[in-house]
Amino acid sequence: MSGASERTVSERAVSERAEAWRASWAVGLAVAAYGISFGALAVASGLDVWQACVLSAVMFSGGSQFALIGVLAAGGAASGPAAIAGATLLGLRNGLYAVRVSPIVGPGWAKRLLAGHLTIDESTAVATAQPTLESQRIGFWATGTIIWVGWNLMTLAGALLGDLLGDVSAYGLDAAAAAAFLGLVWPRLRALQPVAVAVGAAVVTTLTIPVLPPGLPVLVAALVALVVGIPDLLGRPGGPEPRLVHHDDVPPAPDSGESER
Amino acid sequence: MTVWQIIIVASIAVLAIKLVGYLVPERVLQTPTAARTANLMTVALLSGLIVVQTIGSGQGILIDARLPAIVAAAGLFALRVPFILVIVAAAGVAAALRALGWAA
Repeated sequence: MSGASERTVSERAVSERAEAWRASWAVGLAVAAYGISFGALAVASGLDVWQACVLSAVMFSGGSQFALIGVLAAGGAASGPAAIAGATLLGLRNGLYAVRVSPIVGPGWAKRLLAGHLTIDESTAVATAQPTLESQRIGFWATGTIIWVGWNLMTLAGALLGDLLGDVSAYGLDAAAAAAFLGLVWPRLRALQPVAVAVGAAVVTTLTIPVLPPGLPVLVAALVALVVGIPDLLGRPGGPEPRLVHHDDVPPAPDSGESER
Repeated sequence: MTVWQIIIVASIAVLAIKLVGYLVPERVLQTPTAARTANLMTVALLSGLIVVQTIGSGQGILIDARLPAIVAAAGLFALRVPFILVIVAAAGVAAALRALGWAA
């Protein structure tokens, strides 16, 4: 009898591992494919192929990377401090993800150093969506590794392609950049509070573009989050506080089917 | 600053934030206010970037083919069209409007 129940337990563990791998591949490949648009847009913003590749290899955080090249495209190297500030602020959430996945990664400084580099929206989302510690570990490492490898390969491909295209506005790549930001924010707009912040930030940005140097309007818009977030204006009345990282709070990979859950 | 300096400083900053998260005790940052504000900060920054990328032109506002393209993208995201297809479609709308001479 104990033999039968052990078998059931181990069978369940096998299927949980398989599910973690399946989710990792689905999310990983979808996100990695999108690296091609980053590579092409980076080159369109005035970066060379190597600069685009270094960003994907070292910074490795899509939102921050797009923010950096967006500001550089508008203001050039003179807007460097604003570009750095924008990328850094957008990377703050990764620090919170790290706090959440730290127990999943476990001890060992070399392992934690590597895990730190792979701590992004998607690896956190897949890991925390798994039911057991073992499958959470698979989800984190598999998703992070698949995306890192794929994102860098596709960035290189996109950068080489962008180099060949020349005048990118004829191909609508400037509009593609705006659509990419929209795609990053879209899964987060599921409640009144984030929608209000998005609208407020858009208004503030529109009003400050003509009066502030490139890069700064976005930083001023970030203040809207502090004004609404700290006193919890327009929060869910009586509802549970949002957890630090819940897979609903992290944008699912676009065509992973996660949003159907 | 040179572009390389900007890239290296920003990359180190973003990487450092991730690593710092593994050093701090869980209870410090895991407050509802910190979590909520960080999530909203991401929304605010992305929303600001959408506006800059759609109607910004240096230090000025310019309405051109990007605006109809982003409206089309929003419609497609609402219909749950996969990310990469929406990006391609947005580029296609802007490229087509420019090729036809209907928008700058």
